[in-house]
Amino acid sequence: MRKNWWKILAAVFVSASVIGGFMGPVPVLPILNETIRNVYFHVPMWFTMITLYLISVIYSIKYLSSGKPEHDLIAVESVNTGIIFCFLGLLTGMQWANITWGAPWPNDPKLNGSAIATLMYLAYLVLRNALDEEQKRARISAVYNIFAFPILVVLIYILPKMTDSLHPGSGGNSNFSEIDMDNYMRPVFYTAVVGWILTGVWISTLRYRIRLLENKANKID
Amino acid sequence: MSLLKQVQSLVAKDLALEWRSKNAINSIVLYLVSTVFVCYQAFESVDTLVWNALFWIILLFASINAISRSFVQESQYRQLYYYSIASPKAIILSKIIYNIILMVFLSIVAYVIYSIIFKNPVGDPLLYFFAVLLGSISFATVFTMVSGISSKTGNNSTIMAILAFPVIIPLLILLLKLSSNALKGLDRASSEREIITLLAINVITVTISLLLFPYLWRD
Repeated sequence: MRKNWWKILAAVFVSASVIGGFMGPVPVLPILNETIRNVYFHVPMWFTMITLYLISVIYSIKYLSSGKPEHDLIAVESVNTGIIFCFLGLLTGMQWANITWGAPWPNDPKLNGSAIATLMYLAYLVLRNALDEEQKRARISAVYNIFAFPILVVLIYILPKMTDSLHPGSGGNSNFSEIDMDNYMRPVFYTAVVGWILTGVWISTLRYRIRLLENKANKID
Repeated sequence: MSLLKQVQSLVAKDLALEWRSKNAINSIVLYLVSTVFVCYQAFESVDTLVWNALFWIILLFASINAISRSFVQESQYRQLYYYSIASPKAIILSKIIYNIILMVFLSIVAYVIYSIIFKNPVGDPLLYFFAVLLGSISFATVFTMVSGISSKTGNNSTIMAILAFPVIIPLLILLLKLSSNALKGLDRASSEREIITLLAINVITVTISLLLFPYLWRD
C-alpha cells in the first residue's frame, strides 16, 4: 500500500478531472464554445508523452553508463507508452481542430512537429528491430535516443515559438492561461495533467514488469 | 598524439583516399547533375517557392547518399586498426570535418548547376549562398552520426533514411525559411534568429556526437 499511493492518486485525479471537466462551468467563448473542455484531455496527453520520452532518455543515459538491461527495458517501454499517448493527443487534437479551425490537419508547426516526433520514435523502434544481438541493440538504440532528443526539444518547443501557429502561446498568440482559463478551469486542468502523467508512468511500469517476467520465463527454458 | 593531431591526420587520410579514387565525388556529382536534369525535364519552369523547395530536396537526397557511406566504405579490419591507434573522439570529429568539406564542395557544385539549368531568381545571392553553406554543414554534422548508427545495422540505406529524415526535418524547416528570406531579398536582420538557431543546433549536435560516439564504436 505504501508504494501504491500514487496509482490511487492517478485514478482519483483522472476520474476527478473527467467529472469536473464535463460537469463544471466553462467560460462562454466564441468558436470554442463547449469544446474548450477538450483542453482537459488534449493537452495532458502531450504533457504525458513528453514526460515519458524524458524518462526514456534518462534511462538511455543510465543504460550507457551502467549497462544494466533493466534500464534499456524501461527506456523502450516508456517510448512504447509515449507513442500511444502521442496518438491519443493527435486524435483529440484532430477532432478539436476539425470543429474550431475547420480542418483536421491545418498546416500548423505544432501539429507537424508532433507528427515528426512520432516518426522519430517509430524510427527508434524500427532501429531496435533491425538489430538482433541484445546488448548491441540496447546500446545503439540508446545512442540514437539520446542523439534525437535535443532535436525533438527544438522541434516541439523552439520552432513553434518562431513561426505563426494556431495554437495558443506561440507566434504572437496569447497564452491559454492569460485569457481563457478562469479560476475554475485551472485546478481541473492541473489535476488532469498530473493524473494523466501518473497514469502514463503506471502503464509503462506495468509493461516493464511484464517484460521482466517474460525475460525470466525465457531464461528458464 | 594529441587529439588535434589525430584529427588532422585522419582528415588528411580521408581526403587522400578520396583524391586517389575520386569515386564518391564523381558518383555524387553525377547523381546531382542527373537529378537536376530529371527535375528540369519534369518541371521545365518553376516559380520561386518550388525553386527553393526543389533545390533543398535535391541537396538532401544527394547528401544522404554521400554521407551514408562514410563508415562503411572501409573494411571492418581497417576500422579496428583506426580504433586501436586513435581515440573515438578523434575519429568522429575527423569524419564530421571530412563530411563538411565534402558537403560544402557538393553543395556549391549543386548550386551552380541548379542555377545554370533553372533560372536563378535569388534576391540576395550572398545570403542564399550562406544558407547553402550552413545547410551543407548542418547536413554533414547530423548525418555523420546517423550514418555511424546505421552502419551498425545490416541493411544500411533504408535504415539510414528512416533514422535521418525525422532528425533533419527541423533543420530543414529552418533552412527553407532562411533561404526563402534570401530568395525574397528581405532585410538580413530578419533572418538573424534562424541563423543563430541553426548554429546552436549544429554546436549541440557535434557535442552530443562527441559524447556518444565512444559508446557506439566498440563492438
